[in-house]
This record gives sequence, C-alpha cells and structure tokens, in this order.
Amino acid sequence: MTVNIWTAADVARKVIDNKELFILDVRNADAFADWKIEGHKFNYLNIPYFELLDGVEEILPQIPTDIEILVVCAKEGSSIMVAELLAEAGLEVAYLEGGMKSWSMYIEPVKVGELSGGGELYQFVRLGKGCLSYMAVNEGEAAIIDAVRFTDVFIKFAEEKGVQIKHVFDTHLHADHISGGRHIASQTGAAYYLPSKDAEEVVFDFTPLTDDLTVKLGNSEIEVGALYSPGHTIGSTSFVIDKKYLLTGDILFIDSIGRPDLAGLADDWVRDLRQTLYSRYRSLAEDLIVLPAHFMIIEELNEDGTVGKRLGDLFVENHGLNVEDEEVFRSMVTDNLPPQPNSYEEIRHVNMGKVTPSNEEQTEMEIGPNRCAVR
Amino acid sequence: MNITKTLDAKGLACPMPIVRTKKTIDTINSGEVLEVLVTDKGALNDFTAWAASGGHTIVEQKEEDGVLFFYIQKA
Repeated sequence: MTVNIWTAADVARKVIDNKELFILDVRNADAFADWKIEGHKFNYLNIPYFELLDGVEEILPQIPTDIEILVVCAKEGSSIMVAELLAEAGLEVAYLEGGMKSWSMYIEPVKVGELSGGGELYQFVRLGKGCLSYMAVNEGEAAIIDAVRFTDVFIKFAEEKGVQIKHVFDTHLHADHISGGRHIASQTGAAYYLPSKDAEEVVFDFTPLTDDLTVKLGNSEIEVGALYSPGHTIGSTSFVIDKKYLLTGDILFIDSIGRPDLAGLADDWVRDLRQTLYSRYRSLAEDLIVLPAHFMIIEELNEDGTVGKRLGDLFVENHGLNVEDEEVFRSMVTDNLPPQPNSYEEIRHVNMGKVTPSNEEQTEMEIGPNRCAVR
Repeated sequence: MNITKTLDAKGLACPMPIVRTKKTIDTINSGEVLEVLVTDKGALNDFTAWAASGGHTIVEQKEEDGVLFFYIQKA
C-alpha cells in the first residue's frame, strides 16, 4: 500500500469536522504524555519509533483497519520510516508532514460572528498550541488582538479582506508563545498597544493600553474597548468588542481560569485575579460572548471550531468562577500549579524585545502546550 | 573509560542517529562502550529513552560546540 502525506491543515479539518482518526504517535513516551494532537474522536497508540526498528509486526494487532491512520513524530523523519513499514505490511497510512513542529505552527481562521453594520470578527485558532488570536474588521479597517508570531497569516488575511490593519493589541505580555503584535504593527504602520504595567522592561516603543481606551473601526460605531483586568499579569487587559464580545486574554478561559504565577508574582496577584473574576467581570452583561486567548482541552471547542461561550453560562459552569471561599481560591491558584510552559522565561524576554532568536530557535521554544490555566 | 567503537552521526536527522546506533551496538559485546556523535538536538531525549528500553547504560553524555556525545555501555 502507499503512504499518504497529510499537512497540518488536513489534520485540523479532521479536528473541526469531528472526524475519527487513529494516531500512531512514535515520539518517546514523555513527549507524548506532555503534548499530543487532540481531537474529539481521535484514538491513540504511542510506541516510540526506536522500538519499531526491527519491524511493526508486533503492533499490527493494535492498529484498527476501519478508520484512517496517521503516523506522527516530532519533525517527520521517524513517522515516514514507520509509515513505510506499515505500508509494507499492507496498511493504508499517512504521516504528518513536518510532524508536531508543523502542528504547533498551524493556524485556522474561523469566523466568530457578525458585528453591527456589516463588520466581522474572526478567531485564529492555533490548534496545536491552543493559542487564539482575533481580528475584527469593518469598513476597510481591522484591529488585531493577541497575534501569534506568524505575522504573514494576519497580514495576508487582511489583504484578502481588503482591510487595513490600524490597531494591534496584546492583552498582556505573553509567556507561553511569542507575540507577532509589534512586528505586524511595524510592517503595516498600525499602532501597537501593550499594557504599561506589563512593559516595564520592554525595549521598544509602544502605545500604552489603558483602562477604558476605545478605538473605532471604520466610520460606524464598532467599538473596541479596553477593560483593565489584572491577575494573570499585573497589566492584563480585556476587550469588549461591539458590546457583544468579551476578549478575556489569559484571565478567563472556557473551562478554567488564568494562573497568576508566570511572571513570578503569584502571591501578589491572587487578589487582583479574584477581583477581576469575581467583581469586575460580574458587573458586565451576562450575554457577552467570552473569547479567550487560549484553550487547553479539545472539549472547549464548539461544533464550528470556534472557542467561545456566553459569560452568564461560564458563571454557572466554570469551576474557577465558583469558589466561594477566598482562601480556597488562593490555594487553588498558587499551590500545586501545573508545570510552566516550555521556555516561558525566555519567551517573556523575546516579547520584551530583549533577545531576538532565529526562527528555528523560536519554533523550539514554543514546542508543547500553552499551560496558562488553572483548573 | 574504554571506547570500543565510535559512530559519527553528525548531520543526520531523526530517526537515522538511533537507527545507526542500534546497528552499531549490535556489533559490539555486552559491557563494551560505544561513542556516538550527534548534532540533532531531538536526539537528547530519544537516546535516553532508547537506551532505557534496551537496558543499555548511558555512562556519560556531554555537549561540545553543538555536538552531543553519548557513551553507551551495551547491556
């Protein structure tokens, strides 16, 4: 049988369309346990490639014959080797081109909804890393929020939509992934905004993102308004777009809440986090649709591939919004936290402009899940 | 440490460093040490996991000028 080649985009379609898939992941057990391709209806077998050097006969009984099979490794080399062995054994299989590295980088733009007066809001879903970026477009103008480092994706998308990027925001100084914000701004002439409180060590120029700052898109009344919401970082700021959507950054997710420790000050920021989640957000309209900067588990994806939910529903369903006792809350967000994201300190330095690693080095830094939440 | 054989796997990408290492270790005797030179950074975790799964011991590993050196004692 032949070996097929799938791109990360092909795999993303399987995730979003809720397809079944059998993934034979041939990375070592630690890498697989740490991070893998998640799908609603995916099944997995993890056998490191170096245990298959003498052949695949022993694992054949564990491989189904009635669903599609994808072999995955870190870069692609080992998955090609194993896929060829399986094909020789008579199976129809595919491997993932570029491996987990390309999966980490792939971005799928999905339309979230219409804005009043003909505008549109798009969510850029980076499935492999769980990063979510946003672009609001209206009457020839666009605003981007929490762009990841693949600036081309956003610039090309704006060109296709025939809009000019005017405003580029980061809700906070990110620690899990490298921001593309200031690069998009310098390439397009847009303003780049960052909360000053997160930017004390930043070495480039930016426009301070302050509480209540509002920008308009086009001539009509689509507003992108900032709302100071500290806790994940001291500067963390949310956005309300068109009185309809609440972009929460890394403060509130669908099934979890932000962790306060990635900038090293968990104990100081617990109170801020509590106040943002339990009082500032409580004063907002419950019909706002929460759009976070991350998702952690595949269950957080909606049927159409977007990640978002009504604020009022999250007040009921999200465990992190329902911890009555302040001490219990404090302990939840400071004790027994999950491990920090890969290279998070280095990534913060890149986002401050202090170091400029090569593309290859940036890819390596960003490998793995985002780990920005506490559940 | 007595090195019985040296395998130069510099410049090779995964899975070749491990494939070559396995073939070479099959040619030495139990208790003897194979030195392997690798430049693929992904090899770091893979060598540890591969050696553990085969019962081999990595008696030493170091990095010099971007080259990883593994000293593997055959099980």
